[in-house]
Amino acid sequence: MIEWVGVIVQGTLLGGLYALFAAGLSLIFGVMRLVNIAHGDLIVLAAYLGLSTTMMLDVHPFVALIVVMPLMAGIGYALQRGVLNQTLGPDILPPLLVTFGLSVILQNALLEGYTADPQKLNGGAIETASLSAGGLAVGVLPLLTFVVAVAMIACLQWIFYKTSLGRGFRAVSDNQDIAQIMGLNKAHVFGLAMALALAVTAIAGILLGMRTSFDPAIGGGRLIFGFEAVIIGGLGSLWGTLAGGVILGVAQTIGAKIDPGWQLLAGHIAFLVVLAVRPNGLFPRVEH
Amino acid sequence: MTTTTRRHVLAGLAAWVAAPAILRSTRAYAQNPTIKVGFVTPSTGPLAGFAEADDHILEGLRAHFAGGVMNNGKSYNIDIIKKDSQSNPNRAAEVAADLILGDEVDIITAAATPDTTNPVADQAEINEVPCITTDAPWQPYFFGRGGNPAEGFQYTYHFFWGLEDVIANFTGLWDDSGVTKKVGGLFPNDADGNAWGDPNLGLPPALAAAGYELTDPGRFQPLNDDFSNFISAFKDAGCEIVTGVMIPPDFGTFWSQAAQQGFNPKVATIGKALLFPSAIEALGPRGVGLTTEIWWSPNHPFVSSLTGISAGDLAVGYSSATGRPWTQPIGFKHALFEVVADVVSRSEDLDDYEANTAAIKSTNISTIVGDVNWSTGPVPNVSKTPLVSGQWQDNGDGAELVITNNKHAPQIPVGGELQLLG
Repeated sequence: MIEWVGVIVQGTLLGGLYALFAAGLSLIFGVMRLVNIAHGDLIVLAAYLGLSTTMMLDVHPFVALIVVMPLMAGIGYALQRGVLNQTLGPDILPPLLVTFGLSVILQNALLEGYTADPQKLNGGAIETASLSAGGLAVGVLPLLTFVVAVAMIACLQWIFYKTSLGRGFRAVSDNQDIAQIMGLNKAHVFGLAMALALAVTAIAGILLGMRTSFDPAIGGGRLIFGFEAVIIGGLGSLWGTLAGGVILGVAQTIGAKIDPGWQLLAGHIAFLVVLAVRPNGLFPRVEH
Repeated sequence: MTTTTRRHVLAGLAAWVAAPAILRSTRAYAQNPTIKVGFVTPSTGPLAGFAEADDHILEGLRAHFAGGVMNNGKSYNIDIIKKDSQSNPNRAAEVAADLILGDEVDIITAAATPDTTNPVADQAEINEVPCITTDAPWQPYFFGRGGNPAEGFQYTYHFFWGLEDVIANFTGLWDDSGVTKKVGGLFPNDADGNAWGDPNLGLPPALAAAGYELTDPGRFQPLNDDFSNFISAFKDAGCEIVTGVMIPPDFGTFWSQAAQQGFNPKVATIGKALLFPSAIEALGPRGVGLTTEIWWSPNHPFVSSLTGISAGDLAVGYSSATGRPWTQPIGFKHALFEVVADVVSRSEDLDDYEANTAAIKSTNISTIVGDVNWSTGPVPNVSKTPLVSGQWQDNGDGAELVITNNKHAPQIPVGGELQLLG
């Protein structure tokens, strides 16, 4: 019994990590219907920026967030206004292809700049610290990841529904042209949305970098779970993304409990079942 | 003043058309003839760590080859053409075909994992071009390409160690440690993981024969984010040893989670993930004490047949030129071109692919990684180099790979004793 409780707990914590990967994707898709293939590589970029910051300033990775978050937000704004806004239109294919190209460019630029060496952010004692209760041992870092994911989703939700910035996001999401007529500069709003998404990505990158070692090539592999979490939760829904991440994580750990070979398969099956039963995801916000 | 007549034009045209037929593309004898050697390597992508020393090694070799290599009393230049496989087997096959058909190389070489060696060797075999590869265990190279031990391949040759050497080294290492003979196995669902975990040819039967009890929960997908089920299985079984063949991110995830969930093995011997100093550095203090296989080190008592440089000097040369620590592939890259130079010097007719292949087959030299001799291999086309194992130990200013077990290759001296983790 306690074993299965352990499995569910570990799965839920894993789901927090997936939700963290997915939050930026979900946000961008919700606001501008942009599928960002380079998202995984942007997470890795954030981890590398965190690495440079911790090395140069000799600070803890969490402190590095003070530098990395604004930096990633700036990159996001520039990227959106400089490149991605030019590709947005009725056809969803051009932005898809551009982000795909961006992914290749990022990987190779990181390889040039940082070499292929695996790197890791050194979080100190917190990396191996754990809490135990009743035969269950839970790592502090995964727990923190989950708490951060929940807090971040709550914060994004607040920005979306309680601030004028969020009103702008929702307005361009509903109808870009009408929003433009009403005096919103959609190019600027999209830029802000991407900035916010990459600020979130910065947190994901730092936590990923403390959790395991990373190299320029691992970004793509992280993307699929992010996408699945977004789809399970329903496109554009932030709390849905968290739920999607948790469902995916728990399905994977239960699968792995039965046989490790089933870990990913179980996650994918959960994803397919949700798609078959509710093609728009569990909490869809976007009507098709 | 000459006038252009119809005849002049026709004669010129005919000469121009006939020129390729009359002037057969022969070597330009005025200067030294050139032997072209193709080299496929993963300069970019996930395998780039294996190739980071390429440019340094090639630079040194090009300087050495500048004087030419003698064959039958004549001096030949060796021109090495490097192409990037981008760590992708399909791309490796493509650039190999390009080298063979486009650059018309005389010999093709490749190194770093079966993903590079196999597609290149396959292309060479089809196009009947002599091929020398290294830096991939021989079973995935030979059996992975559908090799038949009774027949072997015609044009493709490989030198490295094999799974049996890893198994002998790992069990040797554990015998030294004196811990409980219970082993947890971490084998991913990829070419290496399936070969190592194979119930008939891999670690399971060999460990059973050596008296070790293996707990193998199953194959996981590479880039796994959660090992909690493995950890609880190992804890339940009371494992004191962990082994496997993993990529660095997977080992990083496993190692953190093991600590978080209170699983502290006394020995952790992992293939592939712990080869490079950078991977150990990334793990911080918890990288010290981990154990791995060692194919080559500056302490190997071998010298280059080409330049006479010792293993130690080659590593120091790399470190001082690049400011980076030595890595194991350095020696093998150098050895690869030692073999090429040896073949070029012995071949009976360098214009003949068959003669070049025959020269590869009859190779018998002592290189910087050990002896290369294709008549003594476990299967045709494979020559084995010695393998030892050791531990990353703290030498005061960082982790250093120390050879602790040489039972399998006693000619290589040990540098220290195994220390238990924790």
